[in-house]
Amino acid sequence: MTKEHANWSPYDNNGGTCVAIAGADYCVIAADTRMSTGYSILTRDYSKISKLADKSFMASSGFQADVKALQKVLSSRHLIYQHQHNKQMSCPAMAQLLSNTLYYKRFFPYYAFNVLGGLDSEGKGCVFTYDAVGSYERVGYSAQGSGATLITPFLDNQLKSPSPLLLPAKDAVTPLSEAEAVDLVKTCFSSATERDIYTGDSVEIIILNANGVRRETEQLRKD
Amino acid sequence: MKLNFSGLESSAPLYGGSNELLCDGFSAAPSFDLPVTSDFDGFQKNSIQMVKPAKGTTTLAFIFKEGVMVAADSRASMGGYISSQSVKKIIEINPYMLGTMAGGAADCQFWHRNLGIKCRLHELANKRRISVTGASKLLANILYSYRGMGLSVGTMIAGWDEKGPGLYYVDSEGGRLKGTKFSVGSGSPYAYGVLDSGYKYDLTVDEAAELARRAIYHATFRDGASGGVASVYHVGPNGWTKLSGDDVGELHYSYYPVEPAVVEQEMTEAVAA
Repeated sequence: MTKEHANWSPYDNNGGTCVAIAGADYCVIAADTRMSTGYSILTRDYSKISKLADKSFMASSGFQADVKALQKVLSSRHLIYQHQHNKQMSCPAMAQLLSNTLYYKRFFPYYAFNVLGGLDSEGKGCVFTYDAVGSYERVGYSAQGSGATLITPFLDNQLKSPSPLLLPAKDAVTPLSEAEAVDLVKTCFSSATERDIYTGDSVEIIILNANGVRRETEQLRKD
Repeated sequence: MKLNFSGLESSAPLYGGSNELLCDGFSAAPSFDLPVTSDFDGFQKNSIQMVKPAKGTTTLAFIFKEGVMVAADSRASMGGYISSQSVKKIIEINPYMLGTMAGGAADCQFWHRNLGIKCRLHELANKRRISVTGASKLLANILYSYRGMGLSVGTMIAGWDEKGPGLYYVDSEGGRLKGTKFSVGSGSPYAYGVLDSGYKYDLTVDEAAELARRAIYHATFRDGASGGVASVYHVGPNGWTKLSGDDVGELHYSYYPVEPAVVEQEMTEAVAA
């Protein structure tokens, strides 16, 4: 007695990779700009990064329709927060909002693998990494998406931030300078592009620091 | 399908519209979206596969003369891939109660945070702290109402209340057990071995901490799904304190230091030709 399986799935995977690195006074958030479905490329310049607040940027890979819906929900919740509290949401607050938003769809999840990057209230870089249903933790760096398994071991080797669970506590942010971190991110993406078919075309890099936001684009292999 | 949402309701009155987006997340009566599908179970099974997080783990807790000792590893694995080595598996519900995480990371994080909120509401409504018995029952009832829907939670609630130290095991099947010694997770058989052989009621705080640390270390040594940092917490009459957080790789060499090998024949550098 075989069970009939659904022919239609509400989900699709549009591929892509996202990375974020936290520094002492900066944060780098990056994502490639390729959007695919199956073996086809839908577009070569799709932004997976969205600004949630002045000091919070979210990069998400997975199913971009769910990502877009998630971005809209978070933006509107942020707008309401601003109306009610007359200030921008801090990055750790946004991090918890994202976690709750994801968990509210626990039984029909957003197929989005997110990385949230920004500056905390002390101006230090902070990166939060998520699973699809909202479990999150603050880390020194993170990669999500199809190229994550290729990039994470490289970042472990280059950055290996001490675990925030250690006692006596050690700072999780990387001692790298901003320029070195941006260069590291570019290296991550060019390596991931070599071996992951869903990563490539170009990488969009957002650098957040005390002076504001800067955006860089770097071309990647388009094959 | 009518689900029990009492776990998410607050007693605060609604103001503004009934639109969920216009109210803050906890005032509105929440609705979990359910997909319109003829095969909810199959869909759930696939969704769970998609989000299958922290399964392998080792957590333990035991009561002794000076209170409750709680310890856990910090590895999250997705199949064979280690997705994180720094997961916080001991969740601070409030300053005198801890919860451990095993199973689905998001499920444990969300429901422990929710439990913390309900404990605080209890304090405000009753002008006294909630007991460990009460808190564990609140959690167990919520998890029971979601029984069969795919939540994965295997947690221990440890705290100190008017009756002294308290420890309960609560899981997503709806089970709730009172006890003095528990270990949960794929590494639990190894942890039980060390814990059972070293346990005495009259341990001092330092001895109990070392026992807990050792039990986690041995579980991470033999269980591939456990590793990272061994965290040890103590819950006493004044609340919990974190006693230690040690990388288990380093613990190995502190327990079993490498003796320098006796050199029998020493080679000299070859002269470059």
